[in-house]
Amino acid sequence: MADRAMIEIQSVSKYYGIYKALDAVSLSISEGEFFSLLGPSGCGKTTLLRSIAGFETPTEGEILIDGVPSVDLPPNRRPTNMVFQNYAIFPHLDVSENVAYGLKRLRLSAEEERKRVADALDQVRLSGLGKRKAHELSGGQRQRVALARALVMRPKVLLLDEPLSALDKKLREEMQVELRMLQKAVGITFVLVTHDQYEALALSDRIAVMFGGRIAQIATPKEIYQRPRTKKVADFLGGMNFLTAKVLGERDDAVSVDAARFGAVNLDKPQGFAAANGEVTIGIRPERLRLLWDDDRAPHELAGRIENRAYFGEVTHLMIGVDGLEQPLSMVETNNYGADDLPIGAEIRLAYDPDAFVLLAEDPPVSRV
Amino acid sequence: MTAAAFGDIAETPAPFRRGSWMRSEEARGLAMISPTFLYALALLFLPVLIVLAYSFWTQDYLDIDRTFTLENYRQALTEPIYRDLFVRSLWIALAVSIATVVFSYPIAWFISFHGGVHRNLWLFLVTVPCWTSYLLRVMSWKVILGYGGVMNTGLMSLGVIEEPLTSLLYNSNAVVITLVHSWAAFAILPIYVSLQKIDRTLIEAARDLGDSRARAFLRVTLPLSLPGVISAFLIVMIPTVGDFVTPRLVGGKDGVMIATAIQAQFGKAANWPLGAALSVTTMVLVSLAAACVVFALRFAVRRIR
Repeated sequence: MADRAMIEIQSVSKYYGIYKALDAVSLSISEGEFFSLLGPSGCGKTTLLRSIAGFETPTEGEILIDGVPSVDLPPNRRPTNMVFQNYAIFPHLDVSENVAYGLKRLRLSAEEERKRVADALDQVRLSGLGKRKAHELSGGQRQRVALARALVMRPKVLLLDEPLSALDKKLREEMQVELRMLQKAVGITFVLVTHDQYEALALSDRIAVMFGGRIAQIATPKEIYQRPRTKKVADFLGGMNFLTAKVLGERDDAVSVDAARFGAVNLDKPQGFAAANGEVTIGIRPERLRLLWDDDRAPHELAGRIENRAYFGEVTHLMIGVDGLEQPLSMVETNNYGADDLPIGAEIRLAYDPDAFVLLAEDPPVSRV
Repeated sequence: MTAAAFGDIAETPAPFRRGSWMRSEEARGLAMISPTFLYALALLFLPVLIVLAYSFWTQDYLDIDRTFTLENYRQALTEPIYRDLFVRSLWIALAVSIATVVFSYPIAWFISFHGGVHRNLWLFLVTVPCWTSYLLRVMSWKVILGYGGVMNTGLMSLGVIEEPLTSLLYNSNAVVITLVHSWAAFAILPIYVSLQKIDRTLIEAARDLGDSRARAFLRVTLPLSLPGVISAFLIVMIPTVGDFVTPRLVGGKDGVMIATAIQAQFGKAANWPLGAALSVTTMVLVSLAAACVVFALRFAVRRIR
């Protein structure tokens, strides 16, 4: 984790009338970090990004950008640049003029300006397209122009508002790799807003998951996926089997619960742990459950039957009914051994790792007024 | 890759069948506009042709001498009275269209950017003056600008002036004021439409890239609304050159424009060929002036960088 804070958001709230778009959000983003704001639509992530850019003024709170209190600064006086969701390429200018747009204010020599534009276009692999107009560009090219136009300003922070959501899947995956490489190359702080959890996981150094105008959890992609703090975070970041378990006992750093058919399970005790009437919610990711074939044996096994399945090419998603569990378990199995050929109703055995369970806190109630 | 795909399509020979044109999109489109087209042909194009023909003929007492002559044009272009009227008409039309666009742009901008949910109400209010007769609107300016009019009595009661101003009415200023008011709605609407089409994130992008509000307006909003400004300019300028009623009612001696002279040729002077030649010259001049204005505007906006 890098050291110096580039952006500090201090209990920022934003009200639209009585509607709370942001509710006392605080977070700190380090210099050179790739930080993602992840959440469903309406969670306030875009409002937060626009507050950093200067397009929204928070009702309360302060935002420090590189140590400068910035809440009252207009967008043109902030060391941030933004890549807009629809890219906002100026239709009356060609690609070079778009990229050079912000440089005009710096009054560079014609030579210097041309060089910086060429370098920026090079950086996003668009050299040679400088004379094209906006309407002659493909979606991917428009995105690159938007990136070049922002990067040419050499901002301290690059803000990206769902930059990949308008691209098709294949192009999106390519651009993800490219975006990550670009960030490593230029070394500036990137703040990405996205509702796509895979994008956030693949790109970020850290992720803040937001719900209802609040931050639910800030952590590295691995931690947020493997150790989600609340039910909602766990659910938003991918499939999760939720179980209600009885608390058997608790120690300083661990809780022991009775997870129905999974037996007694020891879990890390989160901060501020409190069990409502002795029951807690625990979860296990579908891919942590494994099918056992023929003579395979595992230390922890469970019998069940296939209730439903869906073929996804490289993997098959199975719904496994287990006696004594209210909900069927969802699991993901690679198709290497023929999981795609198992008929519905087949009796199977599955293996699990008791360490894969996580204890999930209840989410605070959402109130936006 | 894309280019190759397009190439393939282009090389495929178009299926050709007898009567295929009759079923084509183009034929259907032409069929659709044909009533309007024929109407326009009969009532717009033919009269213009007749006027054009007359302009090359000569009035011979009560008859028309149909031998080709350029004498009418010689008169129209060399007689000092007509030259002065052309210059004055173009000048007034230019002043009116510039003033109208300059006054209309902020209104259109306000409605588009700050009209909020009441946008339609604002637009409705803009069109309200057009609900009364054009003649009535011109007449009401006489009431406002006249010797004992609203303006003079108002200024007098405020103590700004001692006795009524006579310079308000019956001159070219009065013509300009009246025409600007009459045409405002026709300028506001096209400008509003082109402002409305501007993606607001483009202005945010300009601000993000370092522009102040004013610079973002000059570099993004203004160039992108230029089509609306140009149509507003043309909509106001072209009919204004040939306006007849307003100069007649509020123009007095100094406000006489070319249309008055044309009317005189077709009326009292009974020299239709000369009137036709004056009309055709007016059309050509206004087209040239409009083209100049369009190019000047485009050039000016492109200079803002």
